[in-house]
Amino acid sequence: MRVAIASGKGGTGKTLIATNLAWTLARRGAEVAYLDADVEGPNGHLFLRPVFSSVVRHAVHVPEIAGEGCSACGLCEQACVFSAIVAIDGGVRVFPELCHSCGVCVRGCPEQALVEVPHESGSLRQGHAGDARFVDGLLDVGEPRAAPLVQAVCGQWTGVSYSIVDAPPGTSCAAVAAVDGADLVLLVCEPTPFGLHDLELSVEMCRSLGIEIMALINRADLGDDSVRAFLEAEGVPLLAEVPFDREIAQACARGVLASTSVPSFASVIDAVAGMLTKRNGSSGS
Amino acid sequence: VREIAVISGKGGTGKTSLTAAFVQLSPRCLAVDADVDAANLALLLPGEDGPRRAFLEGRRAVIDPRRCSVCGACSEVCRFGAIRRTSHGFESDPLHCEGCGACAQVCAEGAVGFRENQAGVWRVRTTSWGSLIHARLAVAQGNSGKLVAHLRREAKELAQRQGDQLLLLDGPPGIGCAVHATITGVDYVVVVTEPTESGAHDLARALDLVAQFDIPAGVILNKADLNPEGADLVEQAARARGVPMLGRVPFDPRLPRALAAAQTGLEIEGTREPIQAAWDTLCRRVWGKEQGDDEMAVPRQPDCREACGTCQPEGMARHRRQP
Repeated sequence: MRVAIASGKGGTGKTLIATNLAWTLARRGAEVAYLDADVEGPNGHLFLRPVFSSVVRHAVHVPEIAGEGCSACGLCEQACVFSAIVAIDGGVRVFPELCHSCGVCVRGCPEQALVEVPHESGSLRQGHAGDARFVDGLLDVGEPRAAPLVQAVCGQWTGVSYSIVDAPPGTSCAAVAAVDGADLVLLVCEPTPFGLHDLELSVEMCRSLGIEIMALINRADLGDDSVRAFLEAEGVPLLAEVPFDREIAQACARGVLASTSVPSFASVIDAVAGMLTKRNGSSGS
Repeated sequence: VREIAVISGKGGTGKTSLTAAFVQLSPRCLAVDADVDAANLALLLPGEDGPRRAFLEGRRAVIDPRRCSVCGACSEVCRFGAIRRTSHGFESDPLHCEGCGACAQVCAEGAVGFRENQAGVWRVRTTSWGSLIHARLAVAQGNSGKLVAHLRREAKELAQRQGDQLLLLDGPPGIGCAVHATITGVDYVVVVTEPTESGAHDLARALDLVAQFDIPAGVILNKADLNPEGADLVEQAARARGVPMLGRVPFDPRLPRALAAAQTGLEIEGTREPIQAAWDTLCRRVWGKEQGDDEMAVPRQPDCREACGTCQPEGMARHRRQP
């Protein structure tokens, strides 16, 4: 079962929940993979402190002129809707940062002068953190396109009992890539007007993708009741509430798993893990 | 018009509340909410919204079932998994389609057409502190960078018409395309972070990105008193990159409730003073003395044709220092 931990707003506690949930499930004896898909700012490794066994470079495919065949006809430039290839000075110039790897230019070249070559955009790191498998993606600084690396991260360890995806914030392509194909999205929200506004967008995103949603409210006592009212009106089950606690905040700040140091928090996460176990058992997957 | 972008690397560090406070402190400022995925600045700057305007960008494939011969060639070439088999042929899913046209290229029946894509809506709000341009990206859109670039073009025009001196951009988290579109060609970048390992880690990546764009930057440490070791990590990350600290704002548990009442922290004694101090330091960095001086302490960034490296190759090439 794949569970994505997501939120529209940044800094709501996605990584706090995802890392502790993965650790708790592993401690309960389940086969778990933690997948950090927040490739622009992956922080899960700061808490799970994995031992990496492999780091491979991730590449997207971009066009390149091969040989002498290019007649500088400009058809590739016309065909590219992303303005990533420009016919210039009797040849073409490719802007890998703009390319979406769609392959249209290569297929449309009458001289067959274009080939696709790899363009490195980040690293895919794998290892283990205790009994849990650990994967994260680290987008190269300066690379604009996060989504292909997010997909690469989410494609790892699809066969384990639980894969916990730590999603990037937002509702655009990288966030969609992280929740797409999940069996369940757990939305981490805060009970503030910001939190409510961004929660509404996240719910809309998940619903348009047809994914089941549950919610968890973090820093539940620092705000108002509007998020609870919204969840109830929308029929989104509220799985748990985590109160603001300086001890949790300090554990987060120091890169300590809060489940190991704050018992009240550990019992909340244990209850969430128990719910997932029950669901996974009853669905038979 | 000078442009200052506020970004953070890590989300939830307090970009939006600090940006709103800066808008309120600045005379003749035009604010832009460039976090179009999760735009929250309008919640702190109440006012009167102008008409909603559509942002049309790109296209989406539409397969005509009457012409489709169900050969499946389109679904084989689609790199985005957007074309799916249904009970009555093939369909393109607009949430996954990027409008590249590969399907139309291979369709022997000419069954693939395109429709214009509405990628979002935007509007101008009039507030007591000046204008605010804010937007909402349509759900699951891949082009937040282009919407940001569009908002910046509109904002520049409006600022020139109104005689605003400053464009203040509330940026998105991360270091990807929407952040590139936010910082390309701005005069100064403020990175707001928090005293945690995660904050320091993501700060370092954000500062490295800003350095690639060759833009001067400063750091504001928010919730500064929550964790001394984290604060050290943040200050080290900034120092190692030769980036100055602009200010330190302490954590105040009253702030979330203040924000809920559309306050920015300037109303709270003990929070107002450090925010004001950070703003003054920022102004000295950008304008030399205080806002309004024509002589800038930092050189003016050259104008980018499209203000967005991600959609204009020339703009990208001009602004980016090769890593």
